[in-house]
Formats: sequence, C-alpha cells, structure tokens
Amino acid sequence: MTENTKTPLVEIENVEMRFGGGGGFLSSPQPVVKALNDVSLTIEKGDAFCLVGESGCGKSTLARTVIGLNPPSAGQIKYNGNRIDNLNSRDRQPFTKKMQMIFQNPYASLNPRMTVYQTLEEPLKIHYPAMSRAEIRSKVEEVMLSVGNDPTWGERYPHEFSGGQRQRISIARALMLDPEFIVADEPISALDVSIQAQVLNVMMDAQKERNLTYLFITHDLSVVEHFGSRVAVMYLGRVCELSHTNDLFKTPRHPYTQALLSAIPKIDGSGVNPVKMSGEVPTAMDLPSGCVFHTRCPYAKERCSREIPALQDNGDTKTACFAVEEGRV
Amino acid sequence: MALLDVKDLEVEFPLGRKTLKALHGISFSLNKGERIGIVGESGAGKSVAAFSILNLLSKPGRISAGEVIFENQDISKLNRDQMRHIRGNRISMIFQDPMMTLNPVLTIGTQMTECLKAHRAISKEEARQISISKLRDVMIPSPENRMDSYPHELSGGMRQRVVIAIALLTDPSIIVADEPTTALDVTIQAEIMALMLELCANNNVGLILITHDLAVVSQVTERIIVMYAGRIVEEGQTQDVITNPKHPYTRGLIKALPQENSPGARLNQIRGSMPALDAIPAGCSFNPRCDFADEQCHKDIPQLTGPKTHTAACIHIDRIPAFQSTGGLT
Repeated sequence: MTENTKTPLVEIENVEMRFGGGGGFLSSPQPVVKALNDVSLTIEKGDAFCLVGESGCGKSTLARTVIGLNPPSAGQIKYNGNRIDNLNSRDRQPFTKKMQMIFQNPYASLNPRMTVYQTLEEPLKIHYPAMSRAEIRSKVEEVMLSVGNDPTWGERYPHEFSGGQRQRISIARALMLDPEFIVADEPISALDVSIQAQVLNVMMDAQKERNLTYLFITHDLSVVEHFGSRVAVMYLGRVCELSHTNDLFKTPRHPYTQALLSAIPKIDGSGVNPVKMSGEVPTAMDLPSGCVFHTRCPYAKERCSREIPALQDNGDTKTACFAVEEGRV
Repeated sequence: MALLDVKDLEVEFPLGRKTLKALHGISFSLNKGERIGIVGESGAGKSVAAFSILNLLSKPGRISAGEVIFENQDISKLNRDQMRHIRGNRISMIFQDPMMTLNPVLTIGTQMTECLKAHRAISKEEARQISISKLRDVMIPSPENRMDSYPHELSGGMRQRVVIAIALLTDPSIIVADEPTTALDVTIQAEIMALMLELCANNNVGLILITHDLAVVSQVTERIIVMYAGRIVEEGQTQDVITNPKHPYTRGLIKALPQENSPGARLNQIRGSMPALDAIPAGCSFNPRCDFADEQCHKDIPQLTGPKTHTAACIHIDRIPAFQSTGGLT
C-alpha cells in the first residue's frame, strides 16, 4: 500500500483546527477561533501545491498541521497512505525525516548561536547517529553547493549573512535529510525582488534534481502562477477554489478568487481597478453562517447565508460556491 | 518652479572613526500635484531620502551637503520649531505600519483633533468636524462613531485609512508615503492604492511614494526614480522606465518578476546582493552584479545622462542592446 504510485503523497481529510476555548470555572470562557473548517486536499507526488489567501485565512495553520507542529482538532492527515496525525513522536520519526519545513523569516528561523555547519549537521546527527564525521562533512558540503552557497561558510554565524543567503541556508537545512516533501511557508516574502528570484530558482532546481513535492504557502499570486502546479485558494479557514494553476489564472470561477486576481498589481500600466468587495474580512472567532464569503460577495443570495457550499467538481476545477453552481457567475 | 527641489543631497552616518555615506548626492524635483515613485531594494537609500526631506533622520545621521528647496526656502537648514510648521502641515508622511504610527492609548478622534489644533487656531468642535469629513473622504464607514474608537479596534486596512486621513488633515501640498501598503493584503493594498490615487488627484496633492514594488509604482505614479546604493540610477516617465528600462539594474528588477518569465522556467535573477554601506564598490556601485561591467565601470562613477524625460546612470548605455520584454509588458 505504501509505495503504490496511485497513492497521493499527502492526503488531508476533513481537517478542523480550533484554538482557544476553555475557561469557565475560575476564569471567563475564552472564545474559540475556528482556524480550519473541514479542509480536504490531496497532494500528488511531484506537485508544487500552492496555498493562497489573505492573512488570517488559515494557510499557515494548515501547513503547520500537515507537518505536525499542531495536531488537528478533527480529521486525518495521511502520508503515503499512512495516518500520521495521531502518532507519537517516536513513531513519527520515519516520517519527519521525509517532511521538512522552510519558514518565512530567515532572521528568526536560524539559531543565532549555532554556526551554519552546526545547524546543518544537527538533523543528520538526530536521524543518522551512526554517520561518521567525514560522511557528515561531505553531505553538508554537497547540500551547500546544491543551493548555491559557498561550503566554506560553515564556521560562520547567521548574522554574517544577508537575507537571501540565510534563506538558502534554511533551504539547505531542509534538504539535509533528502526529504520527499517540503512545506514552505512564505519563503520569499521577507526578501527583496532580485533575491526572491534567486531563492525561487534554488527551490525549482532542487525540485527537479531531487524530485521534491512542495506545499508552498504564499500571498503573492504572481509567484503562484510561475511556480505552482496546483492551487488551493483559502478564505476564512475553508478552501473556496481548487484548481490547476493555468486554469485558475485563465478562468477564475469563485467570486473571491476573481476579486483576489483583480487585486494583483500589474506592471503593464493597466491601472488599479480591483473588483469591489464590500466590508471587511470577518474574524475566525465569529464566522458568518452559511458560505463564509457571503458577507462580502457581490453574488450572494439568501441561500448563501443559510447553507454551506461544498467543494464541487466544476470542469477542471473545484469550487465551493452556490452562485457558480447555479450559473450566476 | 518646482514645488520641491532636492539638490545634490548627501546624507552620512558617522560611526566611530568611520563615516558611512547613505546618500551620494541625489537630485530630483516634484511639481505641484505630481506623483513620483522612488523604487529600490532594502539598503538602496530610498527611506533615508524620504526621511532627510522631512528632517527626520535619526541621530547620528545628518545631511552633510545639498539643499531641499520647498516653497522657495531650504528646509534642510531649518531648526526644529521652524520645521514643525512644515512637517505634518505642508508635507505629511505616511509610514509602513499603521499600528506603529497610531498611538494605541488615544482614540482616533483625539489623535486627529490634536494634530489639527497643533497647526491651526481652531476650536475643538471645528477640529472635530474637519476630522470627520476627512475620515469620510477616506471612506471609513460611520466616521462619527469611529472618532471614539481606539486603533486596535480597527483592521489593518482601516487603520491605514485613518493614517491617510490624518495625513490629509491639514491639506498638505506633499504626502511622502514610505511603503504604505507593504504590511497589507493584496485586496486591501489595491483599495488603498486606488484611494490614494484618487485623493491626490482630487486635492492636487503631490505624492512621493517609496516602495520596492515596481508594479504598485507603475499603477500610481507619473514618474519613477530608481535608486541603488545611495544613488539615483534611472529616472523617467513611469511608462518609459517600465517598458524601456535603460539601466541594467532596472532591467534586472523587471526581468526578475515572475510575470515577466514563462511559467515554470528559471527566473532571470540578478546575481549577488545590494552592497552594505561600508563596502560599496569603487566606480559604478552596481558593477559586481552587472553583465555589462568592464574595467571602466570599476573606475568611473557614471552620471545620469540622456533626454530630460528619461535619464540613466550607466557608462555603457549606448552599448546595451534594446530592452526586450519577455512577458507581461505589452
């Protein structure tokens, strides 16, 4: 079952995530934040799967849930067909070796007191305690070279490097264990434009050379268009559109996707004319009834505030929208 | 006569025995009601340029040479009290993070009326009425009620609208906006940019927009200034600079955008990174990253050349082949 090519690499099934709650006896009850609501996605081998959405839509929470940094409140996560969300840390080890994460801010994600070499050898020491020093050294050098870093940087500390160099060091750290699956949470948002291109190139090269699968989280849709093979658009903890990248950018179906695409600043002099959305993003503490987007949607009808739309096949894409189902968009 | 005329402005930061130069003599002007964008990556000196116009450089930074002529006087030589009549009154500023700009323990109304009363002799009630009308201008729903809100009660987009309303309170002739939408989501960014464009055009306010985002600049401004390592490397009409960039750095920036590359292909990247202030290379400061650099570039500092509407600082400007857009630009 495990090495069947038909099995998707990662399956996310009906995942829910709740934060807060509790209190009541001696303290006042705390509000519950519904960060993820019934999210189901499958990521195939070789995908560059992108999650897009605005701040607070739950994209980072989903990434952290997949990688195991916070266990889901409900639902399952499967890796290669094996359920992994309920494993204890020892049983999880064979999987953590194959799943790595790259974080947004390379100034915060590297330990300032460890040299680059110490940072990179640590995962090897944990997962391959029998490895000799020489083997570790050659592995570190190989990976450093593959991300375009000078292997002689090993004795230096993170503060000696620029943002782009640091991000390449964190990519190197993620590649140390030859993972199959990498979760990258906004890996280029903290970087300058010319450096973004460098880091994206390193990530695309690594994908080709190592046959990696990415879960790539970003709010920058032009990066998605360039990098992604499939995209899920999230809004308030729900997936509202799931599609191949080309299809999504050619014909966005969901009203929210349309608004999001119209807001991307373009350099071709087309000016600013975003689709007007009324109101503000509601908070995840107090979700609207029915479709979470209905408070801002130009196509919303009475039904949208009553029922929750399911993600339905719609040609090549999947959308969760009654207006699309009824052919009103 | 331009409204604002910056001439050969130099800024330096004395650090112990060393002195770091953040601006190496930049000159530009802004006409009444004109919108210009200053673009560049971190460390290019764009924020320092904006702060020095307003005399807001933090110590030990100082203007070591040059002039900032605003309404026929050199405001870089004014003392604190004199500057106070200009800053926040004739020239307003909008910063990147609205939560850091607004005072968290004062209501929106208090902050707005306080600002008005500092600059004008008017009654509390008049100040309140002006504040409400400015909040209405930036399209804040039910402005009367919002006057009594605290900043934390508003969303990021709403806060930035309040900051814009405060910037507009005294009907300034220039607004300097330093990365005003960088901390915001794309949909909010688009709304705020559309709003700023409209307000500046309607009130004939000059705008200096500082950003790293070429796409945002291309949407909002009429003229672009590209900065690199404390110098202006290219300046021109927005459309000219975007569709026909002359300087290799500007070209690199545009070509590195994902929308300028075919999906899935390797992106055109500029090798290396912006030099630190204490390690700016001799000659053209872009030479270590430039494909066209030769010996001359390591010796001579290029000056801005070309027709007045579109200048660039590159020695080899005639040798560089015509710019070919690969994608999004049509």
